[in-house]
Amino acid sequence: MIELVDVAKSFGSIQVLQPTTLHLTPGETTVLIGPSGCGKSTILRLMIGLIEPDQGQVRFDGTPLTPANVMLMRRKIGYVIQDGGLFPHLSAQDNVGLLARYLGWDKPKVAARVEEMADLTRLPREALARYPTQLSGGQRQRLGIMRALMLDPEVILLDEPMGALDPLVRFDLQEDLRKIFQSLKKTVCIVTHDMGEAGFFGDRVILLGSGRIVQQGKLDELILAPADDFVRRFISAQRLPTLGGELVP
Amino acid sequence: MFPKARYDYERPPMRSASLWVWLALHCSAALLLVMGRPCHGQATNADLRSAPRVKIGSKSYTENVILGEMLTLLAREAGCRAEHQAELGGTQIAFESLKKGEIDAYPEYTGTLTMEILSDYQPHSDADIERALSQSGIKISRRLGFNNSYALGVPRKLARDLKLSQISDLNQRQAEPAVRRLKFGFSDEFMNRGDGWPGLAQTYGLRSYADGLDHNLCYQGIRSGKIHVTDVYTTDPEIAAYDMTTLKDDRGYFPQYDCVLLYRADLVERAPQVVPSWLRLEGAIDEPTMTRLNAQARIGRVSEGRVAAMFLNEKLSTDIPLPKDDWWSRMLSRLAINTQRHLLLVCASLAAAIVVAVPLGILAYRVPAIGHLVLGGVGILQTLPSMAMLMFLLPVLGLGMWPTIAALFLYSLLPIVRNTYAGLKEIPGNLRESATVLGLDARARMWLVELPMASRSILSGIKTAAVINVGTATIGGLIGAGGYGQPIITGTRLNDMTIILQGAVPAALMALAVQWLFDLAERFVVPKGLRIAAGKSGG
Repeated sequence: MIELVDVAKSFGSIQVLQPTTLHLTPGETTVLIGPSGCGKSTILRLMIGLIEPDQGQVRFDGTPLTPANVMLMRRKIGYVIQDGGLFPHLSAQDNVGLLARYLGWDKPKVAARVEEMADLTRLPREALARYPTQLSGGQRQRLGIMRALMLDPEVILLDEPMGALDPLVRFDLQEDLRKIFQSLKKTVCIVTHDMGEAGFFGDRVILLGSGRIVQQGKLDELILAPADDFVRRFISAQRLPTLGGELVP
Repeated sequence: MFPKARYDYERPPMRSASLWVWLALHCSAALLLVMGRPCHGQATNADLRSAPRVKIGSKSYTENVILGEMLTLLAREAGCRAEHQAELGGTQIAFESLKKGEIDAYPEYTGTLTMEILSDYQPHSDADIERALSQSGIKISRRLGFNNSYALGVPRKLARDLKLSQISDLNQRQAEPAVRRLKFGFSDEFMNRGDGWPGLAQTYGLRSYADGLDHNLCYQGIRSGKIHVTDVYTTDPEIAAYDMTTLKDDRGYFPQYDCVLLYRADLVERAPQVVPSWLRLEGAIDEPTMTRLNAQARIGRVSEGRVAAMFLNEKLSTDIPLPKDDWWSRMLSRLAINTQRHLLLVCASLAAAIVVAVPLGILAYRVPAIGHLVLGGVGILQTLPSMAMLMFLLPVLGLGMWPTIAALFLYSLLPIVRNTYAGLKEIPGNLRESATVLGLDARARMWLVELPMASRSILSGIKTAAVINVGTATIGGLIGAGGYGQPIITGTRLNDMTIILQGAVPAALMALAVQWLFDLAERFVVPKGLRIAAGKSGG
């Protein structure tokens, strides 16, 4: 699985990631959470090889990521970004099937797999022929997930996948995604700044602050036994809807 | 840079120190192949396949073209396959192509031979000229019978009333009030030439006062009676058209420009029958006749081929079928030729530019350090005025189609490079990353994502280049590349708006058509998703 061994990263004079070691547990969902600029997205970008570490190693199944093998590694990783990152010039199905076609799958095989993915993510079949700009935000994100799952990767990385969605759409998509991850038993890493989302998905939650891991474990542990004041403040900063001072049941 | 739009287009080019002569120095024989074009259809008779092939040239003014047509018709009559490469850019081009065998014959003038072509030899006699030419394998005919030189023209009626027949009459009868009241008006060029008015006035002892005006206005001035004496070229059709007569140059002041034929010596073996048939023209065309023929073509707007055929049938009793003469069909065939050539200029240059500029744009995007150089370089090219660009290209590429295509190619680079670069550059960063993390290699990213996404911008760059090219290609007219520039230049020089419009109108229509075609092409080239996206953001 993917692991970071003593990895550090700076942009210019700013160290966005202190030397950090972490690994994704196979079959589990790991959530990276923390305030803006804490380094959580940097970790995800290091894992997929979009940026190279200044020190330390990123490994995939024990193999260090190098410029030479990064392309092949990426094909074993599904990556989802905010709003899906869909190509506007391709229809929904062509977006999902792009890499498979490039790798030489024949058309019927691609079409069948795309439909399978549409059913899995509950995307209406008729949306497949449309173009990204003709779809809703939720549909675009479902497409982004379909594209990530297309080649049945071992690992799925999601960078704030729900960030651009309204609450109702997000709620449904969260439900669907969790079911998918659990049924497919994928190794998943989600970046978010939403505590509720972290608790909903995370088998393990890693809280980052100022480019280092502050605390990790089950969300309960973070809430019940915060490692320091930062953790306590971060957790209590989440505002929940109240009714006359009482939490909405 | 160029002689003003005026009648002197019709003169043998050597007499105006025009750019044509300078350009001609850079002529190369290879270019003549693409510049010259057959004036009339090839011989259709299958028997002629085995007949010797003869190529006749002519310079780009009516009189020379008529004579070229005569040679062509006579050669065909003599059983040759003859081709007329009409309207070669100037004396040097015509003579060089004769020397190199690109053409086998063309009509020339003795003054041009002694003062321009053979000026290094300083020939003093016909024998000198013959000797000098024979060194280049060229033979010369005897004189055809007319002299196309300067002369003084006066209205025929006035000359008759005042009994003026030669220039010295103007001096000897200065005492007469009617002669003294004559107003002299000369073309600006004649006023300043070494063999023009100052020398003439001195030679004949004429009063030195005269008005300088545009050559076209000279004839109008004569017609309206504002001036009475002007400079003309002895075979000007306007002399007859305006009912004028010329005064005899009785002191031999004006140099002789007697028309002769130049032909390659090897023609005697290659096509023995053709030279004797041409030599029948020796002494056969006097000045009134040549003037009449010029008038038929220039004022009567009869085609040069028809004028030539009518003359030959009448004078040499040949039996040449007269070419059809219909203004519309001539105009249309010219239009077809110009359109074809214009399209060729635009398409060839544009195709080359696409092949070079799109990769350059990609390179500029991929390697920013080189990008600045590339964008700066093509930007500088764009700032070069088209005339300057042609001047740079002429010494390398000569005249005709190639330097024009090269200039258009260079002008096309900037819009295409810049739009390719900009189109790629404006792809949102998250989509570029999206393609990367998907596991596409750089090549696949370029072909499957980046170029399709930049296609609209690239296509619009190509469209800009194409539309600009259609307009800019008219500069080709200046250097014998053909196309719509040809009628524009010719019409400007002849002061004939109908000819100018034959170039300007189709050029404008072609630009519109190009625009429309590219708008149509967008539907096929730009992916549907992008067009939908643009429609959404636009509406």
